[in-house]
This record gives sequence, structure tokens and C-alpha cells, in this order.
Amino acid sequence: MNARLAVQRLGFLLLGLAALVVVVPILVVVAGIVVRGIGAVSWEFLSAMPRAGMKEGGILPAIVGTLLLTLGTAVVAVPVGVGGAVYLSEYARDTAFTRAIRLAMVNLAGIPSIVYGLFGLGMFVLFLRFGTSILAGSLTLAIMTLPVVISTTEEALRAVPTEFRTVSASLGGTRWQGIRKVVLPQALPGIITGVILGLLRAAGETAPILFTVAAFYLPRLPHSPLDQTMALPYHLYVISTQVPGMPAEVQNGTAFVLLALVLLLNFVAAWIRSHFRRRRPW
Amino acid sequence: MSKISVREVRYSYAGAPGPALAGVSLDLPERAISVLFGPAGGGKSTLLRLINRLNDLVEGTSRSGQVLLDGEDIYAPGVDVTALRRRVGMVFALPLPLPGTIRENVVYGPRLAGLRDRGRLEEITERSLRQGALWEEVKDRLDASAFSLSGGQQQRLCIARSLSLEPEVLLLDEPTSGLDPISTAKVEESLFTLKQSYTIVIVPHSVQQAARIADRAAFLLAGELVEVGDQVFTSPRDKRTEDYITGRFG
Repeated sequence: MNARLAVQRLGFLLLGLAALVVVVPILVVVAGIVVRGIGAVSWEFLSAMPRAGMKEGGILPAIVGTLLLTLGTAVVAVPVGVGGAVYLSEYARDTAFTRAIRLAMVNLAGIPSIVYGLFGLGMFVLFLRFGTSILAGSLTLAIMTLPVVISTTEEALRAVPTEFRTVSASLGGTRWQGIRKVVLPQALPGIITGVILGLLRAAGETAPILFTVAAFYLPRLPHSPLDQTMALPYHLYVISTQVPGMPAEVQNGTAFVLLALVLLLNFVAAWIRSHFRRRRPW
Repeated sequence: MSKISVREVRYSYAGAPGPALAGVSLDLPERAISVLFGPAGGGKSTLLRLINRLNDLVEGTSRSGQVLLDGEDIYAPGVDVTALRRRVGMVFALPLPLPGTIRENVVYGPRLAGLRDRGRLEEITERSLRQGALWEEVKDRLDASAFSLSGGQQQRLCIARSLSLEPEVLLLDEPTSGLDPISTAKVEESLFTLKQSYTIVIVPHSVQQAARIADRAAFLLAGELVEVGDQVFTSPRDKRTEDYITGRFG
């Protein structure tokens, strides 16, 4: 009797430790960045152009650049991704064609981000002649984000019970009316969560923007979608490894801003999810 | 004249060992309650769903034979399926309100059909809820969530929702299987009123219910129509019907 209890306690202990191992590095990283970075953040840091070879001034162009790139990614990835997912889950039958699409998606999700960067360089920057631009960078990030948006949207759509579609059809609704009036509204929280998580990844990536949009040092705001821009992840990489004598507080401050931006979006996603889930009828 | 004629319908689902319907022919009269009953797996629900083509949503099925509504084949090429479903409404075994308010549920169908006029929608809401015997209970809270209703009320809401389109035929698939006896009685009462203006086809949830409400009854067993007529419950002609309604099997 006691031996079984002891085994159970040991089991709990090991499982608890495993959970701790997951949490500790995150806490250490977050705490480290917050403690060291928060002091460097001032209004000037957030709102001014970099000066003196990025060693002084602020990081405004990098913040704006990242926000613009995320927005551009959303503009492309959300309609295409949600549309594709609606097609796959609501219209497409199980054929060789749709199986090929799904296979492609799984593979897309597994491709290293630097490969996306090189693809973007070849496709958008050079072949389509968009140049090193926000447009090229956004498109590259969008392609990288699509698999995430499609698969989470598909999952959210499948979670809506079939009966709702049947009821809508029985009341003289077309398939599209059922999707638009009943299925999509109920899948919305899941879709929004997936979209935000996908965009988060896009916002924090360095490799895909390396050759497609990111400027090393451009102390002004972009003028058009065909302009280059600085971006937070790339800026962080640059000031951490490429510029000798960079003050540590600029590095830590930049890391803090990037982290805060990403965590903020994450909380927004979590809030949307829990807010809508309470209103879900089933 | 019969409102609905089923002619030699054979129907099977993908992967099923035998046909769900093995050549069924049946006439269902106008403004009356027709009952399709029999043990599970007999093809009752399949037959019901063939009458408003809801089975079109199922993949990999095969069908032969005809289903005529007012003498016209509803499976003929060029038939507008959404228009057909507005003429032939359906109520399911489990009440399933759509997300939204009571009012939104009732006017869902008319709105999809393009009706926007607020006054007309108001009228439809009241008329349908009265016909569904729910008006008195919900008239003061039409904008409350449909999920705030009890199970029995939800089912009457679903009936009202189907009636909002003023269908000619109302199909009901075990509409009282999830309800308590009092709610069941309310639903049955409203069916008696409704049959004065609608053609009703119902799969009952028990033989007793079948006997209570049927003007015409059809006994289905393993995809075959064993017997149909007014005599089914009083003097069944077929031994299998007699065995089933007296509770010897099923």
C-alpha cells in the first residue's frame, strides 16, 4: 500500500520537475531582459531616431518598421489564409488535389525561416522587382505565416458542430450563408487567436526580412511600401553583433521593447480567446 | 390528393453493408399527420431527409427512384434546393438553437431569403412563436439568448423557426425524444393545430406517440415499407407490424 503511494509521489515529483524545467528558462530570460532593459526605455528611446551610429537616440524607425511589416503581413495572410481554410474545411472534398495542398502546408510549416528569406529575395525583390522593400518583406513574412493561419482556422472551423450547418441548410440557406452567418462567427475567436499567434512569429523573425526589407541603419521613417525600413529583430541582431562598442543599455532596451510588443500581442490573443469562449453556446 | 409521393426509392450510404431504403413507395396526404415508425435503422430518418434533400449534404450516397412534391420530382435537374427547403421545413431530434437571440433564431430563414422589412419580421416572429406554442412564454424576452430557454422551449423555438418560412410541409425527426412528458404534450398539441394548414411528416420517438398523433402511419423495417394505412394500429395486416406495435420486438 505505502509503496504504491511512494511511487505516486515520486511520479508527481518528476512530472512537476519537468513542468518547472519548461518554465524556468522562460522566466529567467524574461526577467533578465526586463530587469536590464526597462531602465533604458524612456520616451526618447521610443520616439527618437537613432543617432551617432545607433549608439544614442531612440529606436523609433525599428518600432514603426516592425509594426508596418506586421500589418502588411496581416493584410496578405489573413484573407488568403482564412479563405483557403474555409475552402479546405467547408467546400473541398477529399481528393488528391486537397491532399496535396495539405501536404504542402505541413511542409511549408517546417521550412527554416532563412529559406523563406532567400525565396523572398529571389521572388519578390529580384524577379518581381519590388526591390528591398516593405512590400517584399511583408509578402515573404505572409507566406511564412500562411500555414499557421490556415491550419488554426481550419481547426476552429471544424470545431463548430456539423449540425449548425445542417440547421442552416434546412432553413433554406445556401452553403455560403451558413458559413457566413453561423459557422464563421462561432469560429472567430479561434481564427483570431491563430492569426495573432502567426503574426507574432512574423513580428519576431529576423531571417525572412534580412534580404527583403531590413535596413542596417536608416534613421527616418519609411515613405512608401516600396521603401526599406529598420525592424526590431534585425536591429537587435545588428546592435548586438555588428557594431563594436555598442552600449549594453541600448541592446537591452531594444530587446525589452521587442519582448514587450510580442507579449502584449500574446495577452491580447489570450484575452480574445477567453472573452469569446464564455459566449460560446456549446 | 397526396402532397408527397415516394416512388420506388432505393438509397444507400457509402460503406454500409445494405441499402438504407430498399425500394420504398409511399403516398403522404396533405394537411394531415403522417407517421414513419419502426425500429432503429429502418430508414425512417433517411426517408425524411430525402423529402427536403438534406441528404445532399452527405457524401458518397447513391439514390434511385423519385420523390414527388405536388407531383413534381424534387430531384429533377434544375430544382432550386434552397427554395425546396423553404417549402419543406425540418425539425431535428435535438433542439439546436443558432447562436443569437430568440428573435434572431425565428427570423433566420426569412432573412436569408432576403426579407429585410422590420414590420414583416415582427409579424413573422409573433405568428411563428404562437404556432410553436411558445409566444406566451417568451414574448417579453425576445432579445434574450436562445440558449437561456429550457430544452422543451428550445425545441418549440426550433419548430417556430421552421414555421417562420411558412413551409407547405413540416418534417419532424423524433422532435420529442429529448423532452419531458409535459413538453412532449405541448409539442403534440401544437402539431394538432398545425395540421390544419400544414402537411406534417413525423418520425415519432415511440409507438405510443405514433398511435396518439397519426392520421396515417407507415411501418418501416430494415429499409422496407412493411405496411401503410389507417389500420396499422388497430388491425395490422402484417405479422411483423403486429409484433412490433404489441411490443414483441423493437
